Amino acid sequence: MGLKGRHLIDPNDFSLEELNEVFNLADKMVEDREAFGSICKGKILGTLFYEPSTRTRLSFESAMLRMGGTVLGFSDASTSSVSKGESIADTIRVLSTYADVVVMRHPKEGAPKLASEFSSVPVINGGDGGHQHPTQTLTDLLTIRRFKGTLENQKIAFCGDLKFGRTVHSLISAMSRYKGSSFVLVSPAELRLPEHLKLSLTEKYGVTIYETENLEEVINQVDVLYMTRIQKERFFNEADYMRLKDSYILSRNKLKNAKEDMLVMHPLPRVNEISYDVDADKRAVYFKQAEYGIYVRMALMALLLGVNVNVNGK
Amino acid sequence: MLTVNSINCGIVIDHITAGNGIKIFEKLKLDQVNFPVVLLINVPSSKHGRKDIIKIENKIDVDLTMLGLIDPNITVNIIENDKIVNKMNISIPKEVTGLFKCKNPRCVSNFDEYVSPKFKLAYANGKIHYRCSYCEELTSYTI
Repeated sequence: MGLKGRHLIDPNDFSLEELNEVFNLADKMVEDREAFGSICKGKILGTLFYEPSTRTRLSFESAMLRMGGTVLGFSDASTSSVSKGESIADTIRVLSTYADVVVMRHPKEGAPKLASEFSSVPVINGGDGGHQHPTQTLTDLLTIRRFKGTLENQKIAFCGDLKFGRTVHSLISAMSRYKGSSFVLVSPAELRLPEHLKLSLTEKYGVTIYETENLEEVINQVDVLYMTRIQKERFFNEADYMRLKDSYILSRNKLKNAKEDMLVMHPLPRVNEISYDVDADKRAVYFKQAEYGIYVRMALMALLLGVNVNVNGK
Repeated sequence: MLTVNSINCGIVIDHITAGNGIKIFEKLKLDQVNFPVVLLINVPSSKHGRKDIIKIENKIDVDLTMLGLIDPNITVNIIENDKIVNKMNISIPKEVTGLFKCKNPRCVSNFDEYVSPKFKLAYANGKIHYRCSYCEELTSYTI
């Protein structure tokens, strides 16, 4: 079916072959970024950020600029017509005529999906509430693939806020499609993975899920440890946040029992859930992961736009 | 035994689980119509012990999806010239739009009134739920 003109709302919108196409191109871009420096010349990325984001927005902007394109948009809904009560459908109908591809972050779950129904150009979900964050997932998948050489037969532990952590929801759905995936969920009872998601994963893909409240119990068994921040903005009250925020912290000491080739990943920004002394460990790949985010977004946008990616015979 | 005459032309909603008759009566706004309507409750039934029946002496549009949500055991009979010309067995709808809202307080459909979500039938822990097309959360329908 090809990726040109498609939307990316959920990482599972793409088949495994299509994801491979993105990762193969991203690999080439990692090897020789400058060769792709003008493939998006004349193209415009629209950034519709209805809630604050530094990393995702700058990563998208950087990705487009590095391919020779330009960017426009807003990063605060209060300065846009949205604050006047305009519907998402109206906003996207107009803004999709200003840009060739659009990335939307929105605090309400399902907003980018709604936008994609009324957009004349590809819409990329840049994160919607606690629901999905597919480009972070593509970043995570590329990172695992580059370090492990495959996405199959991986045992992944997710640790921290699994209830509201959209990066976890997206990645666990995506990894469920790969052969031999199994998951360990490490969280306090209050922040467990939503039941509806667990149910759809076990019913649809038959994956095995083990839940525990204790990271040390499972750290020696897993291939990837995916840490998450316990996000203050997802809590309904300050007391709950203060009580739980320090529950799950990864220290160098805890890493002692982990496999030699285990990957420690994190969508960033971190607060204190990974101690600074872990950064020097070769298993800590979260900064590399952030770097790969640029390449995967470059590859994604190039393919959705359908620009010529055959540069210098690559 | 109470006797109610058969109707000449209209709709008979039969095999309603006892207790649901009044709910359907209200949902169809049958208290506001100007033609004859009979609501029978606790009628002896060989299959269910007791059942409710609604007889409507007029042809009206009945939302079968809504009936299926309330009670999938219902039968709807269309009557013309004292005879049943169409008998419809209701089932649990696979897709529902516009009859209820997504229960997820963070779902965009609860803030943006431009569209309403399509819900797809999903089973969870042996219970019937509907999955929202926007946020994918499960919502159960209760009346």
